Amino acid sequence: MATAATMRRCEITGLSVDRSAERLIMLNAVTAVVYLTIGGVLALLIALTRWQAVHLLAPQRFYEFVSTHGMVMLIFWILFFEVAGLIFASTVLLSTRMVIPWLSWIAYLMMLGGSVIATVLMLSGQATVMFTSYPPLRAETPWYYAAVLVFAVGAILAVVHFFVNIVAARLRGDVGSLPLFTFALMGAAIIALWSLLSGALALFPVFLWTLGVIPEVDPGIYRLLYWGLGHGAQQVNLAAMVGVWYGLASLTTGARPLNEGLSRIAIVLYVLFINMGAMHHLLVDPGLGTWVKNVNASYFMYAAVMGSLIHAFSIPASMELALRERGYRRGLFEWLRRAPWGEPGFAALVVSMILFGLLGGISGVIIGGPQVNMISHNTLLVPAHFHMTVVAGTTLAFMGIAYYLVPLIFQRQLLFRRLAQWQPYVYGLGMLIFGIGMGLAGHWGVPRRHWDITFSTAPVLGVNLQELRPEIAVFLAMMGIGGIIAVIGGAMFVAVAVATVFVGQRTARPAVGRIVPEAFSPYPAIAGGSGEPAAAAAHRTFEVPGTLVISVVFLILFIFLYGFSWFELSRVPWKIG
Amino acid sequence: MASRVSALAKPRGVWWEGLGRDERLWVWLTVIWGIAMFLMIAFVWPLIGEEQNRLHAYRVDPATFASQAEAFIQQYQIGQRDGVPVVAPPPGGDVYLDARAFAWQPVIQLKRGETYRFLISSRDVQHGFSLVMPPHSINVQVLPGYVTVLELTPEKTGEFPLICNEYCGLGHHLMIGRIIVTE
Repeated sequence: MATAATMRRCEITGLSVDRSAERLIMLNAVTAVVYLTIGGVLALLIALTRWQAVHLLAPQRFYEFVSTHGMVMLIFWILFFEVAGLIFASTVLLSTRMVIPWLSWIAYLMMLGGSVIATVLMLSGQATVMFTSYPPLRAETPWYYAAVLVFAVGAILAVVHFFVNIVAARLRGDVGSLPLFTFALMGAAIIALWSLLSGALALFPVFLWTLGVIPEVDPGIYRLLYWGLGHGAQQVNLAAMVGVWYGLASLTTGARPLNEGLSRIAIVLYVLFINMGAMHHLLVDPGLGTWVKNVNASYFMYAAVMGSLIHAFSIPASMELALRERGYRRGLFEWLRRAPWGEPGFAALVVSMILFGLLGGISGVIIGGPQVNMISHNTLLVPAHFHMTVVAGTTLAFMGIAYYLVPLIFQRQLLFRRLAQWQPYVYGLGMLIFGIGMGLAGHWGVPRRHWDITFSTAPVLGVNLQELRPEIAVFLAMMGIGGIIAVIGGAMFVAVAVATVFVGQRTARPAVGRIVPEAFSPYPAIAGGSGEPAAAAAHRTFEVPGTLVISVVFLILFIFLYGFSWFELSRVPWKIG
Repeated sequence: MASRVSALAKPRGVWWEGLGRDERLWVWLTVIWGIAMFLMIAFVWPLIGEEQNRLHAYRVDPATFASQAEAFIQQYQIGQRDGVPVVAPPPGGDVYLDARAFAWQPVIQLKRGETYRFLISSRDVQHGFSLVMPPHSINVQVLPGYVTVLELTPEKTGEFPLICNEYCGLGHHLMIGRIIVTE
């Protein structure tokens, strides 16, 4: 420790860890958790305001907090954590060096400076323009846009450094094929690059406009460019989350992807087609033709959805195979019953996959169609969708992997393991109730980003949506109650992470639960199996019958909900178009 | 069979291999489902649906649109509601709907079964046209400088509240309009 060694060897995983990379992973991860905490407090206050029976905040505060919550969660928390993940995947996991530490420092400082200024401006009511900041609505100060741009440039530098690390490792001969985890993060990084550029292209003219340098910004073109970031950034989360899913599956069950090539093709499908999803937000905009909408909304024949369906199959399949090899071979589902449900990483993986797939993914495909979008655009169904993907999906997956990366990177004993074991379930239950309430409210036409759907303060033409449909009150109460439970679940994570980082006992061999340390080894030597016991049988029967059953049930549910959405559209009493 | 490798480890040697029986089955199912969903939005619903996304649009100077909307109100006004003009456009005609922070103008009275062409735009910031007809709403985006053209045929009588679903400023939750459908 006292030597000037720049690398250390991890006693648990056998990986070589570059100390400068390690420091930057810590900084980015800690910053991420700080933003997660801020965003969580705001989430609670917002949910308690939209729960119409409580209606906590005054309107101005509410809109300020919705703006801040959106930026802090969708951009700051998740990108800081992803940068930590990018550094980890491009250095530690490859046992290789970080090439240009100062570049990562500059990236970090720009992201930190930009995000702190933007957050302060939003919280102080000087930039109440929502996450989207659609012109010609303008922030009171141009410096808000400047701060976000500085953050975006910092994030671009971090992404560039990821590529530099990978290329250098490759040139040095440290790596041939990338681990699937790193490959998925590379997909995320490619998507991140163009989405951040698209966001910068959207926001820079707005900055100039608020400075008075240019006379106006076209709101239609802004929306097109902006959603390259707005949705693109979520696709970064998707690809990164899928990488984490594969990682958690390997870590907690010793899973090895069924077909390496297929999983990688599914990630390439994201890179090629998922950017088209940006157009989802413009489906009821003036200015776009029918075919532009059809082709883009369908990610070119739903090619990106296919990517997700492949992962949805491949990840449980690889776990089934690993657990069957360990001897849990009876019936369709013995492997599932004997899975490590008490291991926080496994719990987070399963809850994240279920909520993301069932609620987030399916709802996204449904409301992303040009016709059904007419009854869902800007209703609460939209945030319900992305809370199921980004919060119940991505955030929970990231929390799951943090239970291992935090002790291993910080070299501390994980504290409050019991709390960690329950956390994914509490958080998932909260998000499930929250998401169903919010989604149903949206399905009943309740608008998003709205302070008062009873319109109690409106001077003319008053209307009360809750009086029109009393069940809306129940849905909003579910949203509030689910929100409270989810915030408790989030606080449990923060408590574990903060306690571990600051008061966990220092150790070179932290206890990291029932993980499979061989997960980091390229050689297929898994406990209880020599590698290929099932190979011969594979020709006669299915290798992963349990997963096939689960997947087909999932697909049937998907088809049912999809059909139901068209039925609901047909119930609109007016003829449109 | 090539050896399988943990997602956290670097695969060695050649890991590329053909799809097994399980994967082939699942991949085919996803391909078929993807194509089915595409056919639904692109061909099937356009043939059978009553609710079509066939928005048109053109650019307009916000001031020009505002004066066109004023002229429309003057021509067809039949009364007032809470100080907001009530307008009964001719059946089958154009309807100008003017959005501003924080009001929809005018209140519109339509005849059931007639098709109207709504011309919707904003004179200031972005707004969201959200016509409430429980349990759903019909929603389109409204931008200054663009006219969103939407054909609507009311097939149910009654009063339909119009609210704003795009954040447009601190009075966003005060923005209400109304469409009245009569026999």
